[in-house]
This record gives sequence, C-alpha cells and structure tokens, in this order.
Amino acid sequence: MAKTLFEKIWDKHIVKTIEDGPSVLYIDKHFIHEVTSPQAFKGIEKRGLKVFRPDQVVATADHNVPTIDQHLPIKDELSRIQVQQLIENCKKHNIVLYGLGHPFQGIVHVIGPELGITQPGMTIVCGDSHTSTHGAFGAIAFGIGTSEVEMVFASQCLLQSKPKLMRINIEGELNKGVVSKDIILYIISKISASGATGYFVEYAGSAIRNLSMEARMTICNMSIEMGARGGMIAPDEKTFEYIKGRQFAPGKLQWDKKIAEWSQLYSDKDATFDSEININAGDITPMITYGTNPGLGIAITGSTPVTDSIPDEGERKNIIKALQYMGLEAGKPLLGMPVQHVFIGSCTNSRIEDLRLVASVIKGKKKNQNVHVMIVPGSQQVAKQVKEEGLDKIFEAAGFSIRQAGCSACLGMNEDKIPAGEYCISTSNRNFEGRQGAGARTLLASPLTAAAAAITGVVTDVREFLS
Amino acid sequence: MQAFTILTSTFVPLPIENVDTDQIIPARFLKATTKDGFGKNLFRDWRYENNDETKPKADFVLNQPQYSGKILVAGKNFGCGSSREHAAWSVLDYGFTAVVSSFFADIFKNNALNNGVLPITVSDEFLQKIFAQNNTSELTIDLAKQTITIDATGDQETFDINIYKKTCMLNGYDDIDYLLSIRSDIETFEKQESQTP
Repeated sequence: MAKTLFEKIWDKHIVKTIEDGPSVLYIDKHFIHEVTSPQAFKGIEKRGLKVFRPDQVVATADHNVPTIDQHLPIKDELSRIQVQQLIENCKKHNIVLYGLGHPFQGIVHVIGPELGITQPGMTIVCGDSHTSTHGAFGAIAFGIGTSEVEMVFASQCLLQSKPKLMRINIEGELNKGVVSKDIILYIISKISASGATGYFVEYAGSAIRNLSMEARMTICNMSIEMGARGGMIAPDEKTFEYIKGRQFAPGKLQWDKKIAEWSQLYSDKDATFDSEININAGDITPMITYGTNPGLGIAITGSTPVTDSIPDEGERKNIIKALQYMGLEAGKPLLGMPVQHVFIGSCTNSRIEDLRLVASVIKGKKKNQNVHVMIVPGSQQVAKQVKEEGLDKIFEAAGFSIRQAGCSACLGMNEDKIPAGEYCISTSNRNFEGRQGAGARTLLASPLTAAAAAITGVVTDVREFLS
Repeated sequence: MQAFTILTSTFVPLPIENVDTDQIIPARFLKATTKDGFGKNLFRDWRYENNDETKPKADFVLNQPQYSGKILVAGKNFGCGSSREHAAWSVLDYGFTAVVSSFFADIFKNNALNNGVLPITVSDEFLQKIFAQNNTSELTIDLAKQTITIDATGDQETFDINIYKKTCMLNGYDDIDYLLSIRSDIETFEKQESQTP
C-alpha cells in the first residue's frame, strides 16, 4: 500500500496500539533543556524510577541562560537554580549534558542537527514546541509537555494518536530577496495560526528541494505557528551531505547501509493526504508581521488590514486588539516605520547561513544610531564559525552587539528583553503580546529584512539593498 | 492526578480568540522547578497594570468578583504557541478543572488532559450561547456521558474524547502507569528493531 513519508516512519515506531485509543510510539531521541525538565525528573524520582534509556537523551542549557559572561555564575537566582538542577539531574541519571561552557552548547534545535544527532527516519521529541525543526531531515519530530517528558524518561515511549496529514507543495523559483522565513510566514498568513491544528505537515515541491538544510529547518521550525504538531521534508542528497562527517553521524562502516535506508523515506506516488495545499513560489515576496500571532503577516510593501471590512466578528475583534497592542493603525503600510530594536537569533534563524545573509546586507555599513541590534548565534559552534569566517568583524564594524548562544530575546526569559512599547524586528518565531518582554512589540521577518532595518532604522524592503 | 466525573459550576468567560500560552503564563515565570504556585501568575500581564499586583486591571475578568467558578470558557484556538505545561499547571492551580472552547491547540489539550483539566470542544454556536449567559448561570459537565449542559436553558451538546483518555480522567490514572505496565513489550520492540537488517 502506498504510504506517506510520515506513515513510513510512524508505522516503524509503533510498539502497540490500544483498542479505540492512542498508539504507543517509540522515541529514538529525546532532547531536554533546563526549563521543561525539572518537574519530569522529580516525577520519575517520586515513582522510584531511573531514566529508562539515558543513552537516547541529550541535554543542553539554552532557554534561561545569559548571553553575556557565560563563564561567570548566573546572576539571577532562579535561573541559576534551574540550570544547576539540570546539571545535577543529568549527573544522577547518566545523561550527556552540553551545558554552559561546553563547546557543543547551544539552542537545542540548532545543536541536534549540527552534531549529526538528528537523522532521517527517527522519532524525536523535546519539551519545546519548536522541535518540529528536526523534521527538515525527514524525521517525525514534535514538541511535548513536561508530563510527556516524564513518560519518555520512564519508558522511552509516548501515547499518541495518529495526526491527520497535510502536504504543502511549493513549486517554482523564489523572487529576489525572498528566503525560507518569508515562505513560512507567507504560508501561515494564508492558512492562519490555527490552520494546520491536528495535522502533521510535509513540505514538498521544487522550491523546497532547492533550499539548503538550514533554510529547510527554518520552515519546519515554524510549523507549530500554524498549529501543526510538526513539519517534515523528505531527505535527499543535500540531507545526506549535511549529515556526513558530523560528530554523531553514522560512521564509514554504517554509512552506505544508512543511505540505502534513508533513501526509502519519501511519500509514495499514490500516497494520500487528508489535506493538500499548492503554493506558487513566485507569489511570495519578503514578509513581515504586524499583529500578535504569526498568522498576521503581510508583504513588506503591504498595509495592515482595513478592519471595517473583515466580515467575521471574532477575527475583526482579534485584529483590532492586535493593532491596538502594536500601536498601529488599520489600513496603513509599515514601510518607513521606525524600529528601536533588531533581534537576530532563535531556533528559527540563528544558524551560520542566516548570519551570512545578515552579513551580506550590512557589510561595510553601520547600523542606524537609533537602533539597538542584538545578534545571538544559535550555538557555540555557530559562534566559532562566525569568527572563522570573519563575520564577527563585519558585525562589530556595523555596531551590532554579538552575544553568546541561547534562546535570548526570542522569549525574554533571561535579561535580553525588549522594553514595553518599543518595536523590534525579530528573526524569531513568535510575536505574541509580551513575548519579548512585557509590552514589547514584535515584527517577525527574515534575517535579510532584519539586517536592512538595522541599517536604516525603519521597516525597509531589503530588495532596495540587493543589486 | 485528580479524577474527573461530573462538575456543576459557574464559569469565567474569556471571549478572546487565539489565547496563547505566553498570555496564560509569561516566560519569565517558567523558572520554577516544581509544579506549584503558578495560579497567581495566570494571565499575569492581562491581570495587572505594569506587572504590579497592587494594580489589578478592572476590565479583566479575573479581577471581576462577580465571575467565578471552576470552568474557564474561552474563544477559539485556546492554548496555541509554546509547549510549556506550566500553562496547564497555572489553569489548574488557579482553580479551573475544565476549559471550554470551540477549538484547542493540540499540545495544550494534551497537557491539560495529563493534569486532570478537561478540555471540552463545543460548536461555535454553543460557545456563543454560553457567553450569552449571566454570571450566576451554571454549566454541568458529565464526563461519563460526554455532555455539557447550560443548566438554566437546558441547552446541551455532546463532546468528543478518546476512550482511553476518558478512562484515565474518570479514574485519575495517568499515562505513565500504563507505559510502565507494558515495559516488557517495549523491551521486545527494542530487541526486534536492533535485529532488523
């Protein structure tokens, strides 16, 4: 029978299925971090259990860590305790930890792929909704709650009902100045922040196949922002090439066998999806969000909606509330609007390729004096590469503040916050009220668009910078 | 986990769509290492002026004493965003044991079920009927029958829940009890997988 990519992996990981109930899904890799794991460790300890398969768990500290002076003790007491508890829990349960100071430390969804831990055909979970990032390698990867973290600790399994399946096909050539962040913001703006709830999404089509692995990760990363449990892309030569030779990639003896196995991971020609969406790559322009959920996005040259003409009352109220929070008027363009902050980082856009894009726009230029620019590499390894490629010189010359690896101002758990009422063009994934700090106003955009705004100090169409 | 059978209670209306988990519990409160005490920070930034507990925002429903009860009724797509289970812990710790909406985000729904908070999906029409009730109106939720009723009008709808989760909720069991009971199946699965060529 014809199967989808998702089904091929799902079926292979079912331990058993409860009659009229969920399936017991075996988990290959479990990533953990300091914020969503402490209660799960407490939970299994209360039951007198040890972690069942510690070799399949990898830990890092990312959400709550400072991005300056990481060699010093963490100033904030609660953050310090949380990070310390992760260290103790990992030690007690024999879990590998890439904590602060370790050369592999970084945002969990950046280090998994860059270390070669993330591989095609795997089931991968983490107590973080952006776990969908790993789906770019043709894996079933999704975010879970802390009770579920505890379940995986206890049994290396989860009880899951099979989601519905959606395929989004993007065909054609991308326009100038359009990168993968624009593709995903465009998709979410079309289908809304809840448009894929209940689904697992496969991204396909020539525009997706032409993307690099980093760019594919950006797309899968934001699947959750349209409600999907996860997103995935069939692995291909680019995937294999990316993994080859990385720290935890399969070795030479196993490699050919793995490639043969991974090459079977694609949706069969006759496989069926519960929903299918077709998008023409040529319709996509650089995007920006104006509202307080990632579905409220427009073309960079577009205007905020005319609220009077929105027929659905709930949606109208929602958009009026969003514009009010954002301090924006209905029916007005965003181009030329001053911004006070630019944040370049997060599990969505903090990989080396993202930082190269930023450097390509700002090289030889200085940031606008009214803008504070924070650039936070996704991992220690990305930071190292930034130095090796000399990008740090370009950022420093432009007046950017280069930080150390962590989630940082994406969620404002540490001290990297945007002040109330101020605007931030951010390469992160969420523009919710208060996400980047109480009262902060977030405009989501690509690394290119963020870089352009850093130079001009206003919302800018990056295509003006590209010859 | 507390068992859930029948609940009759007044409700707190929150007719806002796309309530995300950053609103339910802002990230700066996620530094705890236990599950307790999140209720006081539920909807923190909607509840207080400038994060100041002495300045409650009068127009926010949790600050309006006429509204109380164990049921939260919210607009569609409740709980979208982050996977933080702290959102479900906040809702429970505040005193809600059921949340009613016309649409829930997946992860929040699972997190709620894993903590004995029943997420009930109703039709848009039924949701509007609930919102039209006054502050003394009670709702009755019967999990065994899978019904929700507006007591004053007798309006009733049935809701979906998978049988396994229903059994867990009715008895206060959690998934870990079950998963531990099938460990030998899991070990057999692992052996078979490692032998697959």
